[in-house]
Amino acid sequence: MSKLKLATVWLDGCSGCHMSFLDMDERLLALAELVDVVYSPIVDTKEFPDQVDIALVEGAVASVDDEKKIKKIRAHSKLLVAMGDCAIAGNVPSMRNPIGPTAILERAYIENADEQQQIPCIVVPQLLRTVRPIHEFVKVDVYLPGCPPSADTFHTALTALVTGEPLDIPALTRFGA
Amino acid sequence: MSATVDVKTLVIDGENVSARAGQTILEVAKENGIEIPTLCHLDGLTDVGACRLCMVEIKGLNKLLPACVATVEEGMEVTTKSERLLKHRRTILEMLFAERNHICSVCVANGNCELQALAQSQGVTHVRLPYRNPELTVDASHERFTADHNRCILCTRCVRVCAEVEGAHVWDLMGRGIDTMIISDLHENWGSSSCTRCGKCVQACPTGALFDKSKIGADQPKNPDFLPYLNMMREAQ
Repeated sequence: MSKLKLATVWLDGCSGCHMSFLDMDERLLALAELVDVVYSPIVDTKEFPDQVDIALVEGAVASVDDEKKIKKIRAHSKLLVAMGDCAIAGNVPSMRNPIGPTAILERAYIENADEQQQIPCIVVPQLLRTVRPIHEFVKVDVYLPGCPPSADTFHTALTALVTGEPLDIPALTRFGA
Repeated sequence: MSATVDVKTLVIDGENVSARAGQTILEVAKENGIEIPTLCHLDGLTDVGACRLCMVEIKGLNKLLPACVATVEEGMEVTTKSERLLKHRRTILEMLFAERNHICSVCVANGNCELQALAQSQGVTHVRLPYRNPELTVDASHERFTADHNRCILCTRCVRVCAEVEGAHVWDLMGRGIDTMIISDLHENWGSSSCTRCGKCVQACPTGALFDKSKIGADQPKNPDFLPYLNMMREAQ
């Protein structure tokens, strides 16, 4: 049996979900028997592959770049998993929403900067007006809440998704878990 | 002398139960170990039927009734769990999450929040409605407590506990509909209001909207269980 292709993606989040994923420790070895990690911040692949079976997405959509990425991920993934509260609900990155990106950038790069007061605009992508969950842009198949979801949650959920066993997510985790 | 008790018999979730006339469906269900999700209800306070989470189906009746205020009737057939009810309960919870800024991971009530726990028990894993992201204030003017309107769900438990149990009626509502705000006195800062500093509203608050400044994170369990006992002891006097 050929292994399933697993991708993990990091949008506007803190990487905590990826750390928790790695926190599965030795169980990662068992998981590696079932899946190939074809794209991830922890592997050296630059482009999102054409065919991915399971894509785990951490982080909310906060910039034009995130929006482009999530649409590409959806187009090339069979199963899209919103991993953690940022992807699902915006979470901490969305705390800028009531204030707006202009005010945030001005506070960080102008008011609080002692030298070279300027808002970065080259190379870095433009911020969207609000930070939003990924399901407001693309169809999401599985929601795995938590900040971050625990290693046990990852293990149970991924095992179920790979083997096709039933998965009761509210029994495993919740918002803010 | 023995006063005759007006007994009503009814069916809740297929179970034959008996109740006293005037009891609410919620009370009778609870007495019989049948759980109905609630949010604005708090034992020891009057009920207002505001949150609509306790809606139940009554056989022969088209509309749903809030179990916390609907009283039992002879021969009533009540259903507390169904696909239809679950759908409505989930939608209500999603609307509450979308209405204000509930960031569970950084909330003082994370792990001790009734809204968060209900989302989990009712199977809400995401909110289908767009978030409103309103700009709301945090009133930290009180020496002991803080009111964070980002987390308020307008259940009015604070209003009722302050008026009915403490007798101070510091809290009340201002505005209508989605713009409604909890205010202290006539929209004063909490710190300069007529607050008696008893802290009952903090214990009654189901979320992180009202909290004790000296406690953070997991150190913030709410304990409103004293209310029915306080009422009972007062009545006994």
